[in-house]
Amino acid sequence: MSYSPAVDDNGLPSPNYLSSEKGLWSWLSTLDHKRIGILYLIGITIAFFLGGVFALLLRLELFFPGQQLVGPDTYNKLFTLHGAVMVFLFIIPSIPAALGNFVLPLQLGAKDVAFPRLNLASWYIYVAGSLFALYALVTGGVDTGWTFYTPYSTSSNTAVISITTGAFILGFSSIFTGMNFIVTIHKLRAPGMTWDRLPLMVWALYGTALIQVLATPVLAITLALLIMERTLGVGIFDPAMGGDPVLFQHFFWFYSHPAVYIMILPGMGIISELIAAFSKREIVGYKFVAGSSLAIALLGFLVWGHHMFTSGQSELASAIFSFLTFFVAIPSAIKVFNWTATLYKGRISLEVPMLYALGFLFLFAIGGLTGLFLGTLSVDIHLHDTYFIVAHFHYVMMGGTVIALIGGIHYWWPKMFGRMYSQFWGVVGFILVFVGFNVTFFSQFIMGSQGMPRRYWDYLPQFQRIHGISTVGAMILGTGLFIIAIYLIASLRRGTIVGPNPWGASTLEWETTSPPHPHNFENQPVVTGGPYDFNKPRV
Amino acid sequence: MDTTATFWLPTPSSTIAGEIDLLFYVIFYLTTFFFLLIVSLATYFTIKYRKTAENENDPMPFVGHSRLLEATWIIIPTAIVMVLFFWGFRGYLRLSIVPAEAMQVKVTGQKWFWSFDYPEGASTVNEMVAPVGRPVRLLMSSKDVIHAFFVPAFRIKKDVLPNRYGVSWFEANQIGVYDLFCAEYCGSKHSQMIGKVRIVSEQDYKVWLESASDLGKGLTPVQYGEKLFQLKACATCHTIDGSSSNGPTFQGIFGHEVKLANGSSVTVDENYIRESILVPSAKVVAGFQPIMPTFQGILKDKEIDALVAYIQSLGGK
Ligand code: HEC
Ligand SMILES: [Cu+2]
Repeated sequence: MSYSPAVDDNGLPSPNYLSSEKGLWSWLSTLDHKRIGILYLIGITIAFFLGGVFALLLRLELFFPGQQLVGPDTYNKLFTLHGAVMVFLFIIPSIPAALGNFVLPLQLGAKDVAFPRLNLASWYIYVAGSLFALYALVTGGVDTGWTFYTPYSTSSNTAVISITTGAFILGFSSIFTGMNFIVTIHKLRAPGMTWDRLPLMVWALYGTALIQVLATPVLAITLALLIMERTLGVGIFDPAMGGDPVLFQHFFWFYSHPAVYIMILPGMGIISELIAAFSKREIVGYKFVAGSSLAIALLGFLVWGHHMFTSGQSELASAIFSFLTFFVAIPSAIKVFNWTATLYKGRISLEVPMLYALGFLFLFAIGGLTGLFLGTLSVDIHLHDTYFIVAHFHYVMMGGTVIALIGGIHYWWPKMFGRMYSQFWGVVGFILVFVGFNVTFFSQFIMGSQGMPRRYWDYLPQFQRIHGISTVGAMILGTGLFIIAIYLIASLRRGTIVGPNPWGASTLEWETTSPPHPHNFENQPVVTGGPYDFNKPRV
Repeated sequence: MDTTATFWLPTPSSTIAGEIDLLFYVIFYLTTFFFLLIVSLATYFTIKYRKTAENENDPMPFVGHSRLLEATWIIIPTAIVMVLFFWGFRGYLRLSIVPAEAMQVKVTGQKWFWSFDYPEGASTVNEMVAPVGRPVRLLMSSKDVIHAFFVPAFRIKKDVLPNRYGVSWFEANQIGVYDLFCAEYCGSKHSQMIGKVRIVSEQDYKVWLESASDLGKGLTPVQYGEKLFQLKACATCHTIDGSSSNGPTFQGIFGHEVKLANGSSVTVDENYIRESILVPSAKVVAGFQPIMPTFQGILKDKEIDALVAYIQSLGGK
């Protein structure tokens, strides 16, 4: 393939999607999946910043027992908003809508997603939903926890309606993105891109999209019922009106457990790409890794009850949910083995994205393995609703998904903007994040199994030291994330200009210019081999 | 059996804790093994197969894959998790099936305290007393939102629901005082909804039960009221120093007028106080949320008399 030698006024290949059109309006009205991906990236970054500030405030409050910064009511609002913002505004849209939007059509050799207008609409819906959530924030906040458990949420006098309306609207954004991706993957693959030649990222996005389309409506209905209960007094969940609060938990987790896989599957997709690209080997067991994305997506619908072992659901139900839970664990475990085995006889280069991939292996292994404690019925009774749970899901959600997201951003950054960030600061940022993360959350496993309940504004003196350690970790983690933000933004102007394929990676997106042509490829690519053939001649 | 706290778990103090701790540590060592296996393999491969100046341009070798290896890492984890499932299920059944000879204590959770009613008629707030070596069945319900009854030392936890009873049980095997936490988020003072479980000898339990049935013995009504103010958790929402908490202060209110939320006002007298305790929603003080729980059925007449005397003693006309 030949490249036009033309460059734009920044010295980047021309035409490219960044400079081909100018002005704010060209962004706000764009139909280009790459630009929409960047718009999402901006959105989730703001959300992550906001959620992160809440988290730091929470940790500072918990530095010592008693009141440090805020009183209990403010604390309760902070952890609710931390959870709601991180889940609904940040992590669910993060990888699929931001990175997925950018890379999916490129990896398929397509010009765009199947429905570019719907894609832009999803972003506007995302913004509208987020504004509702922010409205809840400025009108006094919400104190129910991101899980909105009834009857607390029916009786709380905080802004429950505006935040649930926000989550309701955000759900549509998620559904539309999912639909768009499913159709795109079915219909817009380049000639020769058969199903067994799809990059694993695409498989992961496909599994994710299935869950988004199938599970999100249930959340929407649940929240709508909750809103109806509050406004019209229809008794569904509140026993004071003849409802059943445990029913709410069933509905809620029927969505929110699969949502865990909306969060982690695309992260797994990124890790497959990174490990292949930086080991220069095809992922061991490609078919299995691809298939397990689908298996996880479907089995994920059958285990919601493991959030409710102490809730009063029947013993038989608990037993069945525990049994099935162990089965979902297996595809994830095998993925970890497959990634490790891929390193064998590879040619490994420890570039910044690869550091994140290895960091992911380490952290996700802990997150996944501690899940075994929680799937085990008798042990879960002790650990449920303690900090052990908090630590477990942060290892999966942050140590897994967020680490994969940051790794993915570092991997595709040169593709997105045509420039490379500072390697030195990249390594520094990674080390701080990795160390800070473990200090923050490993300590929470210990306090949890020692009996420290979650969502506590204050605690007994025996937990003082370990809470202190966790807070110090959070400050290190925050510093690391801050450094990453700085050098990435700095690289937009000052980073060295890179060619189409700085990592020597093998998937299609690396065959076009960086940043890509507005239509992705100058000529329609034709695929002749698998996604991870590192011996094929490279441009 | 191990009777000391370990790095991971607090002192096991119930008959069931030993079994659960054993399983906890089995999982702990298993997962540590797999974790170290993955991390050391990944580290070893990363060092051994790193990119160097020499191998940079070599073609990548073809690495076949081993069916046997893949089968192994599917079968072994599957077998392990099946064992964990059955073992965990067995413990769960033990946690769920209450021994027939158990004595019963009724547990009530409400914002933000626990109350306990004993078969012999005694009742306590925020401190449960039980004899060592006897199974205790906990019949639990909530007066408002969901709470959860969690005693780490006994390894038990159960949600306390407003619309149905929850059942749990324990048999303590060590005398001592243990933390009781509310483990299901329930609002402002969730983190203050902490009680104690005091485990005493069978002998002491008998003695305690007797005196618990008559707390006011040897006290003046005011002293008794002061004691009840703490014991019955009025102090979680009310102060006696003039400052407002979740509810109004009791200092100097007796004989004075209070403004009500509906605009009218009323003079604080014996009957008003009695009504405030039994039917708090009847007259809601202006500037406060109607969150005070009713103490109907919790406080006996004598106790209400004492509280009235106490509030009267805090000043006013
Ligand atoms: C969960 C918090 C809470 C607890 C526990 C609580 N109260 Fe209250 N109480 C309130 C609130 C709030 C008000 C004001 C609103 C109202 O009148 O209902 C109030 C009002 C009162 C009043 C009327 C005060 C006035 O200034 O007019 C009295 C008397 C009273 N409480 C007595 C008690 C006693 C006695 C106890 C313990 C047995 C108790 N309360 C426990 C929250 C509580
Ligand atoms: Cu509670």
